[in-house]
Amino acid sequence: MLGEGIVKGLAETARNFLGSYVSKDRLTTVQYPEERLPQIEAARNFPFLVYDGEDWQQGMRCVSCLICEKECPPKCISIEKSKDKKLDASGKPQFYPTVFNIDVSVCMSCQICVEVCPFDAIKMDVDFELSTKDRFGDLLWNKERLSKSNEYYREIHPTEAAAVDAQLAEERAKLEAKSKLAAEAKAAAAATVPAQPAVGATAEK
Amino acid sequence: MSATTAATAHFTPKPSTDGGEGQLLEVSMGPQHPSTHGVFRMDVALDGERVVKLKPVFGYLHRNHEKIAETETYLGSMPYTDRLDYLCSITNNWAYALAVEKLAGIQVPERAEYLRVITGELTRLQNHTSVIGFLLQDMGASGTPLMYAFREREKVLDLFESLTGSRMMCNYMRFGGCRADMPAGWLQQAQKVVEAFPRFLDEFERLLSGNEILMARTQGVGVLSKELAVDAGITGPMLRGSGVNYDIRKVDKYGIYERFSFKVPLGEHGDVYDRYMVRLLEMRESVKILQQAMRDVPPGPIMDAKTKLRGFRPKAGEAYGRIESPKGELGFYLISDGSPNPYRYRVRPPSLVNLTVLEDMCLGQNVADIVVILGSIDFILGEVDR
Repeated sequence: MLGEGIVKGLAETARNFLGSYVSKDRLTTVQYPEERLPQIEAARNFPFLVYDGEDWQQGMRCVSCLICEKECPPKCISIEKSKDKKLDASGKPQFYPTVFNIDVSVCMSCQICVEVCPFDAIKMDVDFELSTKDRFGDLLWNKERLSKSNEYYREIHPTEAAAVDAQLAEERAKLEAKSKLAAEAKAAAAATVPAQPAVGATAEK
Repeated sequence: MSATTAATAHFTPKPSTDGGEGQLLEVSMGPQHPSTHGVFRMDVALDGERVVKLKPVFGYLHRNHEKIAETETYLGSMPYTDRLDYLCSITNNWAYALAVEKLAGIQVPERAEYLRVITGELTRLQNHTSVIGFLLQDMGASGTPLMYAFREREKVLDLFESLTGSRMMCNYMRFGGCRADMPAGWLQQAQKVVEAFPRFLDEFERLLSGNEILMARTQGVGVLSKELAVDAGITGPMLRGSGVNYDIRKVDKYGIYERFSFKVPLGEHGDVYDRYMVRLLEMRESVKILQQAMRDVPPGPIMDAKTKLRGFRPKAGEAYGRIESPKGELGFYLISDGSPNPYRYRVRPPSLVNLTVLEDMCLGQNVADIVVILGSIDFILGEVDR
């Protein structure tokens, strides 16, 4: 019969319309600024720089190795390496970036900087409400704006951050064990000649 | 030139070319066409309602993809491939990864192959649903079918976001595997989506397939003959809609596709309705592949341990990697001279090649059918213009 298909189709739309009052499956929209969907953990938007501890300048993990700048496909990162070294969070003297800019109007959120960073210093943010009236200044993010604490990283990507923290702790432990071993060997070598400086070395530690 | 002279110049009636009565009218359709495929223009010559000439004009979205890729590292081009066919970034990644793996002779671990099949077939599902939605939108059914399609697509995109971090620009594959493993509970969630998918397809078919208006608008419209389809190098659902049994998943058996049992749906008449049905049936087959892949996915590593991410330099040589993307044969041709960036990088885009027969399909049809035929081609301008 002509029109049967149309009637069938209309029955389907009616089922969907009425179903939207009872089933969450058929009404999937949310009223955005008031209602929000839960953030998906793996989500990514723009990169940020992770720092340990309280002070962002002191604890910045970036050692200005320039790998991300080189690997970035659209070349949105620009870094200037420092001339001097300063102590990082674990007390090791390291270079640091005097300038670290990301042009987020160029960034394409591909995450390659995160993948190539050997120091776990750059990670992806999830903040997406970034609209601004200033096209130029507000879209070129400097070091200060990019710096976010490790606590924040743990909050937005808990699983990933836990893995990174564990790996870093392991590396640090290995490094400490190594330096301890070296110090002990040094102490042992020193102990064979005079006893006095070896005691001083352990006391210092 | 003022606006009035431009308008008169454009709409000046010309004498009929076939010696018949009446005069031809040249109409420029687009570039801001409401059909949501991208920025595309057609110069159409009309004899009354009938199309006598059609010239597609594209290039509005050209962004120098191939040349950029020749100055980037191999890895650096991966996120750019997402932007080719922006509806199905994962299959683009796959084709490129396949070409580079052929070039460098990299083996992909078992689990990564399964992950590729799962994400690739999910991509096919979401591409075909949205394309059918767009086709109906082009036909004038504004809203309902497209919204239903997008409701389902959203579920697949949520899966992509929790796996890869992004809904559309996934940047998921790497040379020798995949970037991220499935997070906890992802497989169960994906299984749920896939199990529920045939129900949506039934609903979609009840809504559309028997609809008399849809049949009147699509059956016998935009017929593409078998011979022309083969001669023009058409691939994908468009070729199969014309009744040619050619699916690269079956022909090349790339990845691990020979392990799955699935059929290749074929059309008979080569009209818009057949292309629509082929896509619907293909989705059902994709669901079958997904069910098999999700049942069998083994544990193990997802990246080839020998392949480095940085400093990747394949030996000098050339390779062509191709896959059956949702739109047809997507191929990447690479020439390496041993340096970190390819010497030549070429994309074989299914959208562009499939678009070349637009005029042949439209000749003799009504002007209102052009948009329907265009919608049935399933092209994305990001891939056409590159």
